[in-house]
Amino acid sequence: MELIVSLGIGALAGSGVWLLLRPRTFQVIVGLSLLSYAVNLFIFSTGGLRSGAAAILTPGEAGSLARYTDPLPQALVLTAIVIGFATTALLLVVMLATRGLTGTDHVDGREHER
Amino acid sequence: MTDWADHLLIAPIVVPMLAGAAMIVAGDRWRRLTVALGLVSTVALLLLAITLLGFAETPIVRVYRLGNWPSLFGIVLVLDRLSAVMLALAAVLGFAAFLFSLGRWHRAGVYFHPLFQFQLMGLNGAFLTGDLFNLFVFFEVLLAASYGMALHGSGVARVRAGLHYIVVNLLASLLFLIGVSVVYGIAGTLNMADLAVRMRDVATEDRGLLEAGLAVLGIAFLVKAAMWPLGFWLPVTYAAASTPAAAILSILSKVGIYAVLRVWLLLFGASAGASAGFGGTWLLVGGLLTIAFGSIAVLATQNLPRLAGASVLISSGTLLAAIGTGRAAVTTGALFYLVSSVLAIGAFFLLIELVERGREVGADVLAVTREAFGTGEEEEEDEEQEVVGVAIPGTVAILGLAFLACALLLAGLPPLSGFLAKFAILAPLLAAGGAVVPTSTWALMAALILSGLATVVAMTRAGINAFWGSPEGRVPRVGLVEIAPVALLLVLCAALTVEAGPVIGYMQAAAQALHEPGDYLQGVLSAPPAGPEGR
Repeated sequence: MELIVSLGIGALAGSGVWLLLRPRTFQVIVGLSLLSYAVNLFIFSTGGLRSGAAAILTPGEAGSLARYTDPLPQALVLTAIVIGFATTALLLVVMLATRGLTGTDHVDGREHER
Repeated sequence: MTDWADHLLIAPIVVPMLAGAAMIVAGDRWRRLTVALGLVSTVALLLLAITLLGFAETPIVRVYRLGNWPSLFGIVLVLDRLSAVMLALAAVLGFAAFLFSLGRWHRAGVYFHPLFQFQLMGLNGAFLTGDLFNLFVFFEVLLAASYGMALHGSGVARVRAGLHYIVVNLLASLLFLIGVSVVYGIAGTLNMADLAVRMRDVATEDRGLLEAGLAVLGIAFLVKAAMWPLGFWLPVTYAAASTPAAAILSILSKVGIYAVLRVWLLLFGASAGASAGFGGTWLLVGGLLTIAFGSIAVLATQNLPRLAGASVLISSGTLLAAIGTGRAAVTTGALFYLVSSVLAIGAFFLLIELVERGREVGADVLAVTREAFGTGEEEEEDEEQEVVGVAIPGTVAILGLAFLACALLLAGLPPLSGFLAKFAILAPLLAAGGAVVPTSTWALMAALILSGLATVVAMTRAGINAFWGSPEGRVPRVGLVEIAPVALLLVLCAALTVEAGPVIGYMQAAAQALHEPGDYLQGVLSAPPAGPEGR
């Protein structure tokens, strides 16, 4: 479980960083989205991972704090998702404006000749 | 302390939030109502900030617990001297930029006023919050508003610079989140005071990871503060932003400095046990490099907005290097420098547009704005007349004097507060060095003085171009409402100079409390929740 999650985070973060360094705005925004997924998963995983567990209690089980994952990171991740969603939407608008005003989708607003 | 006085602590967040929300409802149809709301809100914030400055003048740290949860479980707002000073700075700068925007800028696009209010809300929240995650949330609030403000007025240059600004800051926010989650994963708390206590008992094998998490967090702060390799976005964005937005942006970079001051000194201060002083060298070296880069940028720039942006870099670098020395006496000077430089740079950003109005350079920026939002301009024509007013005789002389004052303040020359601030940083460095003054001290001294020299050279050149080199003196049309904020900020700097004694005393107490955070910890952690009868 831990291995799968950490590999998933690594793959997302790696692809995100790669795309972020590309020169087209579309690649940048996809890269940022992937990175934010990686970060969200990372925050989520700091609460501890527990697979196959009951939502609250299995019948007859006496509750113990040690058997629960920490719920706070899940609350943090919700906040982070909402904020990330809003800022990404804003970024998308700015990218469209750049495309419209400069006529290119290069991040610098002009093509570099090679 | 009475009940209502306790609730004043959250007012700097609530007032602009309500004002901004009401402005969205009022919309652009009732512009006068929107302006009135903005005026009420900014004046209220000023009064609040003055009240809170008075409140903070005790060793007892004021804590406001939202929902009355105990500090460790709930969200807390904390007011100490540093927060109060930053709140006051934000309020003063907000008031000045708001007044200035009434001249013409607030008509250059939609939703200027609500965004402005939300930005103030984010700033105040970031200065008041007592835990790391809410620091993140308020950072995002103020950044989201600042994205809108940086783009205000539209135009190719703004949108291009705005795109870079947004991407860089989104990335910094992600780093912030990574740092926060690592810290939470290791220490199990996000409350800064609680974290400072738990730092001492972190197991040795976890300490490296915790420090790495805090270092990632620090990188997020330093991106905001524009430390050298992380600050290339700053001059471009600030130069492209509309004038009132740029003025308020000048305190935005200081939010990063505030976060470094607060978090670094709290967690890695002398009482932090094994981690004490972690990263101090990085701050010092990074600060010195930032000063060097800023000085070169100041000399290399051809236009005034870029010059102002480069001055922001120098001021950030100076502050980081001074904080990095890790001594309370130097931090005192740094806090004084912070206040003085934020006021001076704010005034300079506002002044630049007035100066450039008489020249061709600034005119084309305005023309672009007019083009983009040209339709709304005709119907407002009559209002414009009464606001802008006639050209004041001697306008150029007044602008020239203000420019001179800005130059003196930014370069740190006597007699204004810029000099006192640099002196307050340098004097304790030399005095406490003992027989052998360490190399870092010499480096910092040289950097401060050389950056001052670079600023003098650049400002002189720019001033000659702007005031003496113009082909024929076309007097810029400047409204009273536009020159008044500049004058206000500069008069405040002069007041800082005259009243330097008490101000330094206040800063000294603030720096002392930052370096020995016993009162802060005690205040946040041991404050009992108010009983049900107290509500």
